[in-house]
Amino acid sequence: MVDEPILRLDHVTKQFPGVRALHDVHMALYPGQVTALLGENGAGKSTIVKILTGIYRPDAGAIHIGGKLQSFSSPRDAWRSGVSAIHQETVMFDDLTVAENIFMGHMPLRSGKRIDWQLMNARAAELLKSVDADFGSEVLLKRLGVAQKHLVEIARALSHDSRIVIMDEPTSALSAREISDLFLIIAQLKAEGRAILFISHKFDEIFRVADRWVCLRDGEHVGEGLIKDVEPRGLVKLMVGRPIDQVFPKKKIEIGEPVLEVVGLSNPTEFADVSFTLHKGEILGFYGLVGAGRSETMQALFGVSKATAGVVKLNGKTLAISSTADAIVSGIAYVPEDRQVQGTVLPFGIRENTTLASLHQHTDKGILSRVSEQKITRKLGGRLSVKAAHWEQRLNELSGGNQQKVVIAKWLATSPKILILDEPTKGIDVGSKAAVHEFMGELASEGLAVILISSELPEIMGMADRIMVMHEGRIVKNFTRAEATAEAIVTAATGGGHHAAA
Amino acid sequence: MSGPSRYDVADRAPRTLIDFMLRWETILIGLLIAVVIGNTIISPYFLDIYNLSDATFNFSEKAIIALGMTLLILVRDIDLSVAAIIALASLAMGLAADAGAGTGLLIPIGLGVGAICGAFNGLLVARIGLPSIVVTIGTMSLFRGLAQVILGDQAITKYPAAFQTLGQGYLIKWPPIPYSFALFLVLAAIFTFVLHKTAFGRKLFAMGNNPIAAQFSGIPVNRIRFWLFVLTGLLAGVAAILLTARIGSTRPNIALGWELEVITAVILGGVSIAGGAGTIPGVVLAVFILGLATFGLSLVNVPGIVISVLLGLLLIVSIAMPIVVRRLLKGKPVV
Ligand SMILES: Nc1ncnc2c1ncn2[C@@H]1O[C@H](COP(=O)(O)OP(=O)(O)OP(=O)(O)O)[C@@H](O)[C@H]1O
Ligand SMILES: [Mg+2]
Repeated sequence: MVDEPILRLDHVTKQFPGVRALHDVHMALYPGQVTALLGENGAGKSTIVKILTGIYRPDAGAIHIGGKLQSFSSPRDAWRSGVSAIHQETVMFDDLTVAENIFMGHMPLRSGKRIDWQLMNARAAELLKSVDADFGSEVLLKRLGVAQKHLVEIARALSHDSRIVIMDEPTSALSAREISDLFLIIAQLKAEGRAILFISHKFDEIFRVADRWVCLRDGEHVGEGLIKDVEPRGLVKLMVGRPIDQVFPKKKIEIGEPVLEVVGLSNPTEFADVSFTLHKGEILGFYGLVGAGRSETMQALFGVSKATAGVVKLNGKTLAISSTADAIVSGIAYVPEDRQVQGTVLPFGIRENTTLASLHQHTDKGILSRVSEQKITRKLGGRLSVKAAHWEQRLNELSGGNQQKVVIAKWLATSPKILILDEPTKGIDVGSKAAVHEFMGELASEGLAVILISSELPEIMGMADRIMVMHEGRIVKNFTRAEATAEAIVTAATGGGHHAAA
Repeated sequence: MSGPSRYDVADRAPRTLIDFMLRWETILIGLLIAVVIGNTIISPYFLDIYNLSDATFNFSEKAIIALGMTLLILVRDIDLSVAAIIALASLAMGLAADAGAGTGLLIPIGLGVGAICGAFNGLLVARIGLPSIVVTIGTMSLFRGLAQVILGDQAITKYPAAFQTLGQGYLIKWPPIPYSFALFLVLAAIFTFVLHKTAFGRKLFAMGNNPIAAQFSGIPVNRIRFWLFVLTGLLAGVAAILLTARIGSTRPNIALGWELEVITAVILGGVSIAGGAGTIPGVVLAVFILGLATFGLSLVNVPGIVISVLLGLLLIVSIAMPIVVRRLLKGKPVV
């Protein structure tokens, strides 16, 4: 290997009020190699990404690219120097087309500084094809789902043709097939000699794509090396500072009587004839590709949108849910997939977010009790190990994984009878993920019924008692825990093996 | 894993003096003191309890509407038709008075017309989903146009004396507190309590910051928006009663341009035009600043037009100031 780094980061320090996000961190990226950046939620990974892309300025330290000292004061500077990134939280323009979003800030021009629409749309279409997107380049962004937006974000990073490509949790919104496509792209980028920084909380992915690793803990560099010299256990220990059991602790739970019966739930565009029964103490998994209609189905159950046909029964009684407020009163909670848009009020603090869906529990004669709010916030925030300077800290100052923990806390605070989790551990580190799973198991054993939508096979196979697989808006197959194999699930999800729903 | 969190998280942020000094309400209090001192210097008549009490007549009606407008702007809506609602409500009361209606009937008519106009706005915005700025620009012309068509260029002046006391009389003789000002103070206290101490208030802030997440958290976003329009219409009805009673007449150009004065007070009060941030005490302070500045300047015979220019400048400078100060504190360039 020619081991001359293309990018070097030395003695980088970044302080936020009350939090030292990075302290004397160093890192190097090599051409034609993938470096994985590891660390718990709030370890400082995204902060490094933001420093490398000119969004934050480091308090101290230097960045060298190709041996030259760089100082970025805007994202533009960064991609001029050959760095582009897929950010953890996408910032895009809902009212513009996919192509405009991809080329925002660097649209191809004709003479006279006019935009070359034809060229732009054609190049966007090419990029979309390379990420295997199922939508065109002239669609408005707001028509797309979270995962599709993520594909746009990936296409945008590729559009810069950069020497250094950074991917901050690029797979968190994607399912198995899209992830395989992304890995093909990464292989291609490697072959072209580009340097890649890859951030993920999923070890199987890291061991599949990465050549090197760098590990952060609480903003400090705690180790680095070659992937071939390590195994997951060692990395986890380094990350967390103590060993952790990564396997999902599935408890044996007595499955009770049916709580929720759904028959023939349909909507003209998103899902059709969805029927299933959820029992007390059961964890029912829903698997499918991006766009299979899982989130839409659950949102209809939760009263966000309306189903046009079908019957929903709760404890044997037909349920008419016409708003989210109705759903919450009936004991249904929904942890949404898109935490930035649907899950959090970013300018609110942790306490205000945690209690938002259960405010009536904290009022005394109409007056909100801060003491009571603080109590539940401390309890759930502590249980989910939210990392923050204080409980009033605004959500937009938390790391992605910690925001996700607050969203989960918000829904647990409603003490639901039915908990619908839509990609609940998205962006959550291994240790906290184990904690969330343990919590889920515990709640199920107390009689809670859980619906778990996940695009992570190990999670769904590890946690669910039964697995429903959806494809193009329909349940195409269901498996019991014993029957389920990864292969069969994925085949069903891609539309292979045409079996009717049982 | 089930042990206590390994992170130590404090309950509250450490508080700093700079944060307190840069709070909008602190700045407004400074501004209010400056206005009072300035007025005392330019006119010997300013610091007179009867004159001050007189001054409240001129801003209490607008101030009452500003309370409703604050909530609307907080949830990302706006109502530009409030002054036109006053015209329509005043006309309805005028027609009823002409037909011999007494005070007991005029009040519900004024309130009712206000609430119905508000409900009409609310329906178009929250039910049909039209942008509130577009809807209320439309209803602004619609409501006032209707009043003008029906009234022509006459005026209705036959109001019962008892009705007129509502706008001209005093609740307490000493210190002299007019009904309108007393009502404003009571409403301001209620609004402060509801917005800052109750679950409903928290929901409004959530809606203003992220309406989608608010809906996903079980907040009936559109229903609340509808009722806020009704509330603001109702408050415009209250203002219509007080104003009509005070001037004892209904003219087609009644309360012309008030919507902008109301919105000015809300914005100077620190309510973000993008929604999601603001306080009632801030708006109350802004109402006093604007009302007393106008009063002081008119005492020394500054023409109305010049007063608007000065108030416009005041608004721009006071909104720019904290931003400039923050940048200076952070060592960033100011422009
Ligand atoms: N704008 C900010 N203001 C204050 N603190 C911040 C800000 N941005 C990040 N932090 C803090 O810096 C620390 C590092 O955050 P960062 O986003 O880099 O974590 P991360 O490693 O990407 O975590 P995750 O895996 O959850 O995405 C966190 O404790 C976070 O709360
Ligand atoms: Mg991150």
